[in-house]
Amino acid sequence: MEGPIRAREALALTLFSLLFFLSRSSALHDLLISNAERRIDLSSHIVKVYLTLKVENAGSSPASEVVLAFPPSQVDHLATVEALATKGKRKKTTFVRLEVKPTELPDAPNDTKYFTIYLANPLNSAESITLEVLYMLTHSLEPFPAEIGQSESQLVYYRDSALVLSPYHIKQQTTFIKTPSTKVDSFTRVEPTNRAGTEIKYGPYEDHTPYSFSAILVHFENNSPFAVVEELVREVEISHWGNLQVTEQYKLVHAGARHKGVFSRYLLARLPPRVHSVYYRDEIGNISSSHLRTDSRKSELEIEPRYPLFGGWKATFVIGYGLPLQDFLFESSEDRRYVNFTFGCPLMETVVDKLTIKVVLPEGSKDPSAVVPFPVDQHLETKYSYLDVVGRTVVVLEKKNVVPGHNSHFQVYYTFKPIFMLAEPLMLASAFFLFFVACIAYLHIDLSIRK
Amino acid sequence: MSAPEASSAAVPTLMTNNTLRNAFGGVLSFFILLLIAVLAFSIRLFSVIKYESVIHEFDPYFNYRVTQFLTKNGIYEFWNWFDDRTWYPLGRVIGGTVYPGLTLTAGTIWWLLNSLNIPLSVETVCVFTAPIFSAFASWATYLLTKEVKGAGAGLTAAVLLAMVPSYISRSVAGSYDNEAVAIFALIFTFYLYIKTLNTGSLFYATLNSIAYFYMVCSWGGYTFIINLIPMHVLLCIVTGRYSSRLYIAYAPLVVLGTLLAALVPVVGFNAVMTSEHFASFLVFIIIHVVALVYYIKGILSPKMFKVAVTLVISAGLAVCCAVIAVLIALVASSPTKGWSGRSLSLLDPTYASKYIPIIASVSEHQPPTWPSYFMDINVLAFLVPAGIIACFLPLSDASSFVVLYIATSVYFSGVMVRLMLVLAPAACITSGIALSQAFDVFTRSIKFQLPGLSSNTEVDAGETSSATKEAQNDAVKTEKAEETSKDRPSRKSKKKEREHVEKPSTKTKAEKKRLLALPLEASVISLLLLVFLGAFYVVHCVWAAAEAYSAPSIVLTSHSHDGLHVFDDFREAYAWLRHNTDVDDKVASWWDYGYQTTAMANRTVIVDNNTWNNTHIATVGTAMSSPEKAAWEIFHSLDVKYVLVVFGGLVGYPSDDINKFLWMVRIGGGVFPHIKEPDYLRDGQYRIDSQATPTMLNCLMYKLSYYRFVETDGKGFDRVRRTEIGKKYFKLTHFEEVFTTHHWMVRIYKLKPQKNRIRGKTKKSKSKTSSTSSSKRSGTRKKNPWH
Repeated sequence: MEGPIRAREALALTLFSLLFFLSRSSALHDLLISNAERRIDLSSHIVKVYLTLKVENAGSSPASEVVLAFPPSQVDHLATVEALATKGKRKKTTFVRLEVKPTELPDAPNDTKYFTIYLANPLNSAESITLEVLYMLTHSLEPFPAEIGQSESQLVYYRDSALVLSPYHIKQQTTFIKTPSTKVDSFTRVEPTNRAGTEIKYGPYEDHTPYSFSAILVHFENNSPFAVVEELVREVEISHWGNLQVTEQYKLVHAGARHKGVFSRYLLARLPPRVHSVYYRDEIGNISSSHLRTDSRKSELEIEPRYPLFGGWKATFVIGYGLPLQDFLFESSEDRRYVNFTFGCPLMETVVDKLTIKVVLPEGSKDPSAVVPFPVDQHLETKYSYLDVVGRTVVVLEKKNVVPGHNSHFQVYYTFKPIFMLAEPLMLASAFFLFFVACIAYLHIDLSIRK
Repeated sequence: MSAPEASSAAVPTLMTNNTLRNAFGGVLSFFILLLIAVLAFSIRLFSVIKYESVIHEFDPYFNYRVTQFLTKNGIYEFWNWFDDRTWYPLGRVIGGTVYPGLTLTAGTIWWLLNSLNIPLSVETVCVFTAPIFSAFASWATYLLTKEVKGAGAGLTAAVLLAMVPSYISRSVAGSYDNEAVAIFALIFTFYLYIKTLNTGSLFYATLNSIAYFYMVCSWGGYTFIINLIPMHVLLCIVTGRYSSRLYIAYAPLVVLGTLLAALVPVVGFNAVMTSEHFASFLVFIIIHVVALVYYIKGILSPKMFKVAVTLVISAGLAVCCAVIAVLIALVASSPTKGWSGRSLSLLDPTYASKYIPIIASVSEHQPPTWPSYFMDINVLAFLVPAGIIACFLPLSDASSFVVLYIATSVYFSGVMVRLMLVLAPAACITSGIALSQAFDVFTRSIKFQLPGLSSNTEVDAGETSSATKEAQNDAVKTEKAEETSKDRPSRKSKKKEREHVEKPSTKTKAEKKRLLALPLEASVISLLLLVFLGAFYVVHCVWAAAEAYSAPSIVLTSHSHDGLHVFDDFREAYAWLRHNTDVDDKVASWWDYGYQTTAMANRTVIVDNNTWNNTHIATVGTAMSSPEKAAWEIFHSLDVKYVLVVFGGLVGYPSDDINKFLWMVRIGGGVFPHIKEPDYLRDGQYRIDSQATPTMLNCLMYKLSYYRFVETDGKGFDRVRRTEIGKKYFKLTHFEEVFTTHHWMVRIYKLKPQKNRIRGKTKKSKSKTSSTSSSKRSGTRKKNPWH
């Protein structure tokens, strides 16, 4: 079914690329990369890639964008892409964070996907700039053999290219792959290739044309726990009576080799300081195996799933806790407040496939808006909680492929009049008042027919 | 309840002093009742505080699951619910086989709270239903006892009921079972019956039938009501206490009550077809005959009446004999003689253990031991006789009912330990009467002896610290008798009330007071002793609530020198099944764990705690007591994917499957005769050590329990049976271990898939020569009931 469509798309693409080649190509190919150095860190189950690019403007017009290319197999697992521009020389180097956005280019060969880095200052002709790019990949280590015994160690595959995929001409490039241990079963050789200790070096390679690709496969030992949260729903409920109630629903899976991988029974969740009334349970009750350590800077909750998670096993649980409101809620202007909270998963070293954050604003708040440092899907919902009449506005933020790198702060702004705080107590008081009045009235009215 | 009292006090009367006191008494008893409710609720929260807010034990999990279904799908879906997750492959019609009262109650509470936007979970509502209803039950006890012996006795009985251990054992937070609401319904029905009997009001009679309907909805124990009330009516008739009030109290209950009861699907036509209900119909006929007789007596002269009686009796006897003969013939023609097994075991305590092992295997169907009486009703056991005596001074319709109630419930509790629960309210009521009367006598004699007080009227009687309440209510009682003439709308009730309250009060005031006056020292000492007795009761109840009856039984704890140990293995296993097996996989286990598996693991089970199909249970029992291959075939034919066994040998958990195993053999052998109990016993002794029989050591239960057990300590020492196991090293050929919990309490095995045909063929041809395997094969054909 997919085959013919692909073919047609490819045909269309080639046609389009022919049309657009002249107009767009100049902008792309004016730049060239004089030196590319890539370091791939495979020590945990999140693959971190540090890419250092020295970009030169070989064209005549100033360029303000640099395009990164990713093969389609990696894009689905791409959690984050960050870029820094280096300024200054040697010891005085400073880094400037640059904006990175996914873009579509019409002439992409083989469904290549692109991210554009927007430079702070346009790169003039014959100038060069050094860019530091960090991107993280999840679910990129494939356990092989897929099923292992309890005492065996886990071997995984990592697939990539020996050459940096780029729409630009690369003059010189090197790739270093760092494995967690020296136990590497096999790796593809693309000469010159060296292996020393835990590092495999590909390159240096000279003068490669755009979109050069050379598939490599590394088969190595990785015994780190493959903790993956398939779905995490965090609900942050604001009460202006002084509490911030957080409820987190986890669907945890051990994504390692099936059946008998090893999983450290303990998971560590880092919670904000001054946390109180912590609970840890699942749908059938409390899970008694957890420890909470608190100090002034952070709280650490050590949790253990109900049963040890072997490879392929799943578990669900809920963590809930209360936080003092004054640590997270701030006033920005008249009646305008904002809540400042951490995005991402409090569990250490885990990948979240789908993260949903629901910020439940107090009843009666208006004009919510969220400020998140990276692109997320947003929409609004309404939730009815204790004795609500009109319901509470819920700001829902959704993001896929979340890694610990996403644990930064986000803000939700809203307008709230303090008088709404009194709505529920007044309602209760008047209900009881009416009830008592009705009682008095009933006792003083004689309803009997007979005298 | 006391609000109208307080208001009635507000009506200006001549005796303003008394009115004030009346109002004060009303408000006081209102607050006392409120405190009793708080006490009843909070004493049941030990389980939540010591453990967690979780559903307890076995049956509550089923009720919880039904409630979840109800709240999710609505009432119509609930009535039509065919549950395919249990009794695979038969399924079970839940809507028609469950007493819906509890579920509907909790569902309604949940719906009400949620429509007020109080988002409590279904689980929370279910956990706290029982404590809430125990508060209601203590109020109902107050009302009932007040109708019998006045408000003082009512309050005392309510306090006693609020913390009686027997009732606590069934209604701690989380014990979400039918009894939780049924005891309230039982007491409330009795209250309305007595109220109707005292007032003769049709309004209360109708309410009574509705309360009876609620009781029928809630619990199979409703047959106790429908037999006790006719007995009381008969007693009243025989002792010459027939009145129109009795007629009004009884006739509408039978007619309306039976009609309403037949509306409940699980009862249906049983309400008129089974012999449990025949007594009520018989008494219904008798009361009509008696009513007719009384009517005729009214219109005829005494002489004519005598003639009529002789005429009717001679003709009527003949007809009666014929009718009774027909009835007996009808009843005798049905196999169980029209009585269900559980009811029969009530009448003949040895019935169940003789004929129905599945009923006898449940520990709560065994007769209780003497210590369990002391444990469950404590000092009430000693107060009950005193209460019965108090009921006879003077005997009224209401107090004769209490006497009958206590007498029958003592009998039933002696048959089945579970029915101790029915005894508890009766014991509380009689003890409440006894205590209150005793306080009455003592405080009155103290007041009489003290010179300073006797000059005042009885107003200041409440000075004695412990007796304040009783004295006050005594006062309330006497004043009410004088006031009822103004307030009560019904003239009959007023007369009745006065008659029944004034009789003791005026009499005691006038003459008994002087006669019953005890010496001051004796009264004070007795009062102190009574207070001490009460304190002992309270201490015992709190201890029972905290230590004995709060364990949820799915989480076990043990204290040792190095702190608290939590054994949460059951939920560990259920959670594992829930998340790591396929949704439609079938899990086989002994029936005790059926409800929990469906509720917590959401997997299909073969048998569960609703033991409606003996053959099916016997099949599982047979599989557990068969050798591995035969068991595999039985399980495979039932589509079973996983087998779950509970094993306590590592941590010393005594109620595990090995200890229940003889029941499996018995129940299995009852249907499939090739399973013989003696094969599993060595010289009549049940053992699993090296002396055990080969049948025992080769049966599936033994193998699944002790597989790899020797790896834990190298010797295979079973801490429950306190012995080394008989067979230590063996391999499983048809099952594979997939999950064992932390303390080895639950072990889950997977059935290995069928072997390839070719391999099986070669094996078969090879083994054909050996005679043992061929005999085994022919044996397995017999063993497997599904082929």
